Amino acid sequence: MTVQEGLVLGEAVTAPKPPVRRGTRFGLGSWLLPAYTLIALVFLLIPIVYTFVFSFNNSVKWNIVWRGFTLDKWANVCDKAEVCEAFGNSLVIGVVATVCATILGTMIAIALVRYRFRFRSAISLLLFLPMATPEVVLGAGLAAEFLSAGVEKGLLTIIIAHVMFCVSFVVVTVKARVSTLDPALEEAGRDLYGSPSQVFWRITFPLLLPGIVAAALLSFALSFDDFIITNFNSGTTSTFPKYIYISAARGIPAEANVIASAVFILAIILVLVSQISSAMRRKRQARIG
Amino acid sequence: MASGAFAESGADLELLGITKRFPGFTAIEHLDLTIPAGSFFALLGPSGCGKTTTLRLVAGLEEPTEGRILIGGKDVTTLKPYQRPVNTVFQSYALFPHMTVLENVAFGLRRRKIADPVAKAQEALRLVELEHLATRKPQQLSGGQQQRVALARAVVNRPALLLLDEPLGALDLKLRRQMQLELKSIQEEVGLTFLHVTHDQEEAMTMADTVAVMNKGRIEQLGAPEELYELPRTAFVANFLGQSNLFTGEVVGTTSTSITVGIEGVKIVVPKARAQRHAGEVTVGIRPEKLHLLTEEPKVETGTNVLGPGRVIDVSFSGVSTQYIVAIPGVGTVIVFSQNLGFGPVIADGAEVWVGWQVDHGFGLEDDPGETPRFPADTDTATIAVQKKRALMSELEEA
Amino acid sequence: MAFSAFATGTAQEQAPRRKSKIALFLLLPGILYLALFFLVPLVSLVITSFQAPIPNGDIGEYQTAFRWENYTDAIGLYGEHILRSFLYAIAATIFALLFSYPLAYFIGVKARRWPLLQNLMLVLVIAPFFISFLLRTLAWKSILSDESVVITGLKALALMAPDAHFTGTPAAVIFGLTYNFIPFMTLPLYSTLERLDTRLLEAGGDLYSRPSMTFFTVTVPLSMSGIVSGVLLTFIPAAGDYINASRDFLGGTGTAMMGNVIESNFLVTLNYPAAASLSIILMAVILVMVTAYVKRSGTEDLL
Repeated sequence: MTVQEGLVLGEAVTAPKPPVRRGTRFGLGSWLLPAYTLIALVFLLIPIVYTFVFSFNNSVKWNIVWRGFTLDKWANVCDKAEVCEAFGNSLVIGVVATVCATILGTMIAIALVRYRFRFRSAISLLLFLPMATPEVVLGAGLAAEFLSAGVEKGLLTIIIAHVMFCVSFVVVTVKARVSTLDPALEEAGRDLYGSPSQVFWRITFPLLLPGIVAAALLSFALSFDDFIITNFNSGTTSTFPKYIYISAARGIPAEANVIASAVFILAIILVLVSQISSAMRRKRQARIG
Repeated sequence: MASGAFAESGADLELLGITKRFPGFTAIEHLDLTIPAGSFFALLGPSGCGKTTTLRLVAGLEEPTEGRILIGGKDVTTLKPYQRPVNTVFQSYALFPHMTVLENVAFGLRRRKIADPVAKAQEALRLVELEHLATRKPQQLSGGQQQRVALARAVVNRPALLLLDEPLGALDLKLRRQMQLELKSIQEEVGLTFLHVTHDQEEAMTMADTVAVMNKGRIEQLGAPEELYELPRTAFVANFLGQSNLFTGEVVGTTSTSITVGIEGVKIVVPKARAQRHAGEVTVGIRPEKLHLLTEEPKVETGTNVLGPGRVIDVSFSGVSTQYIVAIPGVGTVIVFSQNLGFGPVIADGAEVWVGWQVDHGFGLEDDPGETPRFPADTDTATIAVQKKRALMSELEEA
Repeated sequence: MAFSAFATGTAQEQAPRRKSKIALFLLLPGILYLALFFLVPLVSLVITSFQAPIPNGDIGEYQTAFRWENYTDAIGLYGEHILRSFLYAIAATIFALLFSYPLAYFIGVKARRWPLLQNLMLVLVIAPFFISFLLRTLAWKSILSDESVVITGLKALALMAPDAHFTGTPAAVIFGLTYNFIPFMTLPLYSTLERLDTRLLEAGGDLYSRPSMTFFTVTVPLSMSGIVSGVLLTFIPAAGDYINASRDFLGGTGTAMMGNVIESNFLVTLNYPAAASLSIILMAVILVMVTAYVKRSGTEDLL
């Protein structure tokens, strides 16, 4: 996933909604728009379905022509060692980068919402710019810096790069969550004899946790799927997207489809589970309250 | 604040010369206030008058720009909230959503390392009749229940001073009345000092032993509810607590016991003991429920003031009473509340009436009338609507 | 840019911000990190863009200089690519907008009665994000390749000339760009449309406006902030993209964009100054757009 993709994920479901009007019509033919939506959604899903289907292809070298259904590739995913190695690298990078970016970003987000300090505009701009800069520029710039500093490109440089573009994103996510925190809760904590650190760890942090987890998950997704910035800063180290890019010319093995499909299914399950659990929680509260 | 121990009983609160300035405006200017231990004190005022700021200063959530705060004689001005023997019931309750009701109530006890927090928390919940909900989360409780948990959470710490920031605002009328009585009884039972901040004058008068009316960062008047109501000292207090009919005029005569104020030829007598100013231009007033409406010109009697004749321009029936608005030439509009002793309004719209009251019921304000409008403002919607209606009708009659 | 959407709750009125030394401690690590790994690289790029080759040096060896010619050379050599990048990006943005608006409108306005369905549809819109975008693009390459069912079918129906291609043409690149950035456009649009008060549309109807007129005079202006967000979020990455245009993916010989050129100069020919100057040119155009946006909305709203 690119940085901007991650950003846009933030533009999702949850702002306060105006009242629902039942039974209103605004022309446009009441069947036209739903039909269009259906076609549009199907269109969006075509490549996903294609990738998924072709993970079952009994391909030998190139996974372009359909040769028959097989579960082989799913069963023996790491037969193609490069694929698993690349996948492993991406996982490691993702975890390390996520941990660092989440810590840095959460601290900044709390500072932005709760405290007064000088240079606020400049800092906001500095946090915003990486999200607005094309990945080519980010990647080339970092590579130029590593070049002049004489740092050898490899796993470390990839991690450094990923943390860089993930931080802004973590800030945005956690900041939104901090804004929903009733400041009276922390005041109540102080009023009830909690010292500043007690108030933070017992009240602020547990309430921020869902936002922090969301930021971490998406930061991981950003890192895992990043190609352009990684490509500029990885040297010979392989990551999953990089492997795909390099194999694109030769032909991507079905094992790559398997891994991608597995990640996709896992992600969808996570999203659906969180949607369902929050819907259930809302229903439960509505019943009791 | 010694950990592991409760306060012995409620403590005095003293605010000395408190000033609080925020970037751009001054919220409180040279406030002096003393609240005796064990009393139920209400700080009453409109939004923006500084009452919530005062509360937060006492709690330690804000620091005063100038001045000192003493609790039980001890200077706490520089102490942080967790070092003060003060607890707050917040307007939004501020119950920790990620903890159970029991954990919420036990929170303060645990922070102070008081022995056996769970048992004490359960006892507090029993006091507010919610011990059966101890394992629920706050979101699963109704508004009234949440309010009681917030109260229990504060009271369980036996603070020297309990602060309540408009805690009943979000409750519906019936529940609010119920909670007002409960709060009062808990305060008496436990013997704590309560400082209750509200904009609801009925609430303040019902619950408090002493009420302070605040306006624009200053206390306008302080005293028992009846005293404030029956003897307001400023136009603000007269209009904020209930309604008043105010008249401005020159003092045209005095006796040893009373002053006489002349308004457009009419004379109003006010007892000296109830008038703050005895000479020059003064504003005097009378509460609407103290007025009688008379359909015939009454004989002149000492001990009564009479205004009139005037015309009834509006009749509003509100169940318990009927509100009449009477227009008296030269004086302005006068509001009269008349208890419905029979069935419905007894005087019709447009009737010619006289308005009378006992001299002893009037009051005189200390305001300089130069600052207050000469006549009570008749720019409220009801008066304007009535005037326009009459103008329209007279137009139609002419046509 | 209204990124408040991650809050699963409404934003609360915050207490006046406190002044404290803690703020410094919280901010410093992250800001220093960004300064070191974002600002410094940008500065590095600028410096590199002015470098001159070392006389008698190897390929890839440069020295600091003030060689303005790097820029003029780059524009001269790659002017076509620069123009192409912006044209493709604009085209992709327009197509994405046209495609996404009705979709976002349906999900955000018409489907409000069924929140569960709304969520499901949003998940479907986001779903492409969870498959590597490289694989998505490759999937389209296969689906739209000359031997595929789709293309042979179109040719059989005489909708395409027998010897025409799709992959390798500008059309394919724009198609790929549009597809990949549809979610970027849809979600901000959805965000603003979701908050659209339909009573305003009713008021329009009440005031004699036909539905189409109401759409253009009420709905579109009210969703403008979403449109602006979506346009920025689509155009900026699209302009710098090089995957879609790459020959291994949907591109061909005549479709190389700025991104491709920057990549090849940096990683293949090791012509760092050229790559850097192109990057700076791209960045400059983007910054102009961002500045215009910031001037309009202020920095408080950025994050």
